[in-house]
Amino acid sequence: MIIDTTEVQTINSFSTSGFFKEVYGLIWIIPILTLILEITIGVLVIVWLEREISAAIQQRIGPEYAGPLGILQAIADGTKLLLKEDLLPSRGDIRLFSVGPSIAVISVLLSYLVIPFGYRLVLADLGIGVFLWIAISSIAPIGLLMSGYGSNNKYSFSGGLRAAAQSISYEIPLTLCSSTVDIVEAQSKYGFWGWNLWRQPIGFLVFLISSLAECERLPFDLPEAEEELVAGYQTEYSGIKYALFYLASYLNLLVSSLFVTVLYLGGWNFSIPYIPIPELFRINQMAGIFGMTIDIFITLAKAYLFLFISITTRWTLPRMRIDQLLNLGWKFLLPISLGNLLLTTSSQLVSL
Amino acid sequence: MILSVLSSFALVSGLMVVRAKNPVHSVLFFILVFCNTSGLLILLGLDFFAMIFLVVYIGAIAVLFLFVVMMFNIQIAEIHEEVLRYLPVSGIIGLIFWWEMFFILDNETIPLLPTHRNTTSLRYMVYAEKVQSWTNLETLGNLLYTHYFVWFLVSSLILLVAMIGAIVLTMHRTTRVKRQDIFRKNALDSRRIIMKEDGRDLSRREAYIYNEYISFGSPRVSGFETSGGALECSLD
Repeated sequence: MIIDTTEVQTINSFSTSGFFKEVYGLIWIIPILTLILEITIGVLVIVWLEREISAAIQQRIGPEYAGPLGILQAIADGTKLLLKEDLLPSRGDIRLFSVGPSIAVISVLLSYLVIPFGYRLVLADLGIGVFLWIAISSIAPIGLLMSGYGSNNKYSFSGGLRAAAQSISYEIPLTLCSSTVDIVEAQSKYGFWGWNLWRQPIGFLVFLISSLAECERLPFDLPEAEEELVAGYQTEYSGIKYALFYLASYLNLLVSSLFVTVLYLGGWNFSIPYIPIPELFRINQMAGIFGMTIDIFITLAKAYLFLFISITTRWTLPRMRIDQLLNLGWKFLLPISLGNLLLTTSSQLVSL
Repeated sequence: MILSVLSSFALVSGLMVVRAKNPVHSVLFFILVFCNTSGLLILLGLDFFAMIFLVVYIGAIAVLFLFVVMMFNIQIAEIHEEVLRYLPVSGIIGLIFWWEMFFILDNETIPLLPTHRNTTSLRYMVYAEKVQSWTNLETLGNLLYTHYFVWFLVSSLILLVAMIGAIVLTMHRTTRVKRQDIFRKNALDSRRIIMKEDGRDLSRREAYIYNEYISFGSPRVSGFETSGGALECSLD
């Protein structure tokens, strides 16, 4: 039995196309750094957006002291959390306590590898694609359980268990509904009317609800509920570890919204059909910086729609109880997503 | 190099699963074993199976283990006084396993070994994958649901049997009693739900005050006092 130890040959089957095979040396680190910069700025923008939109819904003024219009509010929050004292529970499990938030953040950050921002503008053009996100988001409950257990606090522990239960409950409808779509290029034929939103309406709704539940945003907010569990598994955290949880929450929101745009809202296509303007850009689609910028801009603009919906939902719907939440995941969304899968596959037989 | 790093981490984590004092640490090292094995699968070119390992083993099975281990108050074991007791039987099993390894390893994999099998190691060029290279997902989909669909259906039946078995094991006789939705019942008829500490039901005045607490957060009745201390909820 021979194990093939030449790794280059085997990793070829892992990534199908090679945008980065022609690039030699350490230059491969530049796209990764660019993406990290983009994500960081994205998180800062989302924090500000959330404050501003929440303020608008609640008819008050949002942040206004940190920078003009409160743009630097996220940086102010981050700096404050950085300078706080790092508390460790005295009889808790210190190593698990410290590693828990890191696992939550790492698993979310790795999911950014497979999001396409434009034609061939993806860090890792894998054959498995979206399934990497599904697989890595299955590791997040481990981090939550570790944080809840290591805090040596009954309420944290209970919150950690509930958060992990919620995460694993909504993974399955998420997986089933992201497996019934054919992705961006197939949606580009009819422009706006070719979006997967119309071809898979049930899948879109289930995906929306499941990704809100995975991000632990309201109305699925129970792990962080103030009245029930103090702050759930985040109770004993202060300083930079709490900032990591905060960061993981917004990163998760951003990656979910980007996946919604890529899978259901048509990705980077300029979705107004039958307009010759995209034809002009398509001449220099591969090498044109302007075309790439337009694609990225379109993706981000569509992601903003989902962000707006989720922030608005936060202040519109009341919080669900844990048994209602788990009932919704297992007894309602799972059968509906299975039915959606069945419907999709049977309509393929009729070749719709 | 990656192969040796991943496999050594997997071996060390496997050892720590058995040697860790805290059972929660044990399960977490178990998770590390699966992570490293997933990496080894990627090196073998099986990307889909690596992700399936992450989803099924870590995301479901290890989380299940963690739930159980964390919730039960399993005492931390004292290791240093018990380990020699298991040495005879475990030593024999370990030696058998070590002996079986020599059926597989030979002089070319590990040059220091004295064994030498008479097989020549041929590397085959799989021309099929140069003509049309399917990804793992496509291969599985093309085979599992067409030629081997019976095995697929049988495995789903096995999972169904496991699910029914779990329900049968945990279903008590008492769960056939019609459950009541306590929240709804409380909203409709709170006087008969709530009982005071000394076993009496609420009087009309106390029921009114309870309703005030629930609706408005504080009683608007002046001169309020309850006799007998706090209200206590009871299930019929």
